[in-house]
Amino acid sequence: MASIVAVIASTHHPFYYRASTSTGEDRPPFADEWTRKILAFRETLTRANPDVLVMVGSDHFHQLWLDNMPQFLVGKAPAYDANWYNEEREFGLPRMTLKGQEDLSSHILRAGLDEGFDLAFSNELRIDHSITCPIITLRPEADLPIVPIYTNIFAPPLPRPTRFVQLGEAIRKIIDEWPSHLRVAVIGTGHLSLELGGPRQFGPHGPDPAFDERAVGWIADGDLDGCLREVTLDSLHAPGNATHGFMDFMLMMGVAGAGVKADYVDTFDLFHTMEAYFTWYPSPPGGAV
Amino acid sequence: MSKYLLNKFLFTVDRDPDLVERYRETPRELVTWWESTMANSLLNCHGDEASTWLAFTGEEREALIGHDHVRLFALGAHPFLTLTLFIALFERDNTEPLEYQKAYGAALAGFTLPYPDIAT
Repeated sequence: MASIVAVIASTHHPFYYRASTSTGEDRPPFADEWTRKILAFRETLTRANPDVLVMVGSDHFHQLWLDNMPQFLVGKAPAYDANWYNEEREFGLPRMTLKGQEDLSSHILRAGLDEGFDLAFSNELRIDHSITCPIITLRPEADLPIVPIYTNIFAPPLPRPTRFVQLGEAIRKIIDEWPSHLRVAVIGTGHLSLELGGPRQFGPHGPDPAFDERAVGWIADGDLDGCLREVTLDSLHAPGNATHGFMDFMLMMGVAGAGVKADYVDTFDLFHTMEAYFTWYPSPPGGAV
Repeated sequence: MSKYLLNKFLFTVDRDPDLVERYRETPRELVTWWESTMANSLLNCHGDEASTWLAFTGEEREALIGHDHVRLFALGAHPFLTLTLFIALFERDNTEPLEYQKAYGAALAGFTLPYPDIAT
C-alpha cells in the first residue's frame, strides 16, 4: 500500500512570490523573515521525500463558476496548467505546468464515491493560486505529480464544516488503501480569519486575531472536537467574510486525524492575514513504513 | 434583483484584459454593451443557445456604471469578484502601496455584521 509521509496545512498567501523575489526598494520589510519561515517550512516536506502530492485547495472563480458549481472536485488529468491572467495581473504569479498522477486520481474518485462522497471530476483543469502557492513555498521545483482536490468555500450554499472533516478522514483512508509503493504527501491550504472586499480588509493584522489564536491551537493540537463545537457556517462570518476558507484547514485536520498534534507549527503575523504552517508525519520521515 | 447576473458581469469582465480597460474608461458604454451581448450568453455554448431571461435592475445597472463598489456590496455581489476587478481598475492609480485597497475597505465602514447575503 501507499504511505502518507507528510500531511501539511498552510495558508496560501498570493503575495509571497512577489515579496520573496523582489529586491531593493521594492522588497517589503517583512520579506526576509517571511522567506526564512517558508524555507524552514519547506524543509518539513523535503525531508519526507514524497513521490506524489495530493493538493487540496479552492478555485477562486477561475474555472468553476456559478452556472455549474461542484462542492468537491478531483482533477484527473495527465497535466495541469496553472495560474490565471488575473493572478499574474494582481500578484505577479508565474504560469506553471504540473504533472498529474492519474492512477491516484482514479483511485480517489472511485473510492470516494464508494465512501459516499459524490465527487465531481475534471479532465482538463487549470489550477489557481490555492494550489500553486504551496507549490511555490514548499516545492518550487514543481517536479512532482499531483492530484488536485478542490473544495467550495466560496459560493454558498457551502457544505458544513463537519463534511470537510469527514472528507479529510476519507482521503486519509483512501490514500492509505491505494495499492502503490509510492510516498504521498497531502497538502491543503486555506485561511485563518480573512476579509476580502469588506470593511475589515487589509488591516495591520488579520481581521480577528483572537480567532486566529484559537484556530492555531485547534490545528496544532488536532482538537477537532473543540473546533467543531465552535465553528459553524454561521459562526465563520464573524472573524471575516472570507473565513470559510478555514474549512480547508478543518479538512486537513481530518486527514491528520483527531487528537493528533502537529509535528511542526509556525505562524507569521502579517498585514491583512495571519500566516500559519503545520506539518504532521504519519510515518517516520525518510524511514520505513 | 439578480446577484447572479452581477457576479456574471464581474466574472466575465475581470478575466478579459480588453474588457477591464473598456470598463475603466467607458463604464456606461461597456455595461450597456455587455448587457445586450453577454448577459444572456450561456458560457461555453454558441449564441443560438443563449438564455432568454437575464437582465439587470435599474439599481444594479447604475451601480455597475458608477463603479460603485459600496452599492454592489449592499446588493450582495460577491465581494471577492468585486474586489478583484476593482483592484484591476484602480490600483494602478496608487501613490503608495495598498492605498486603493485600504480606501476601498474604508468606504464600506458603514456595514456591520451580518453583511448583505451573497448567496445566489
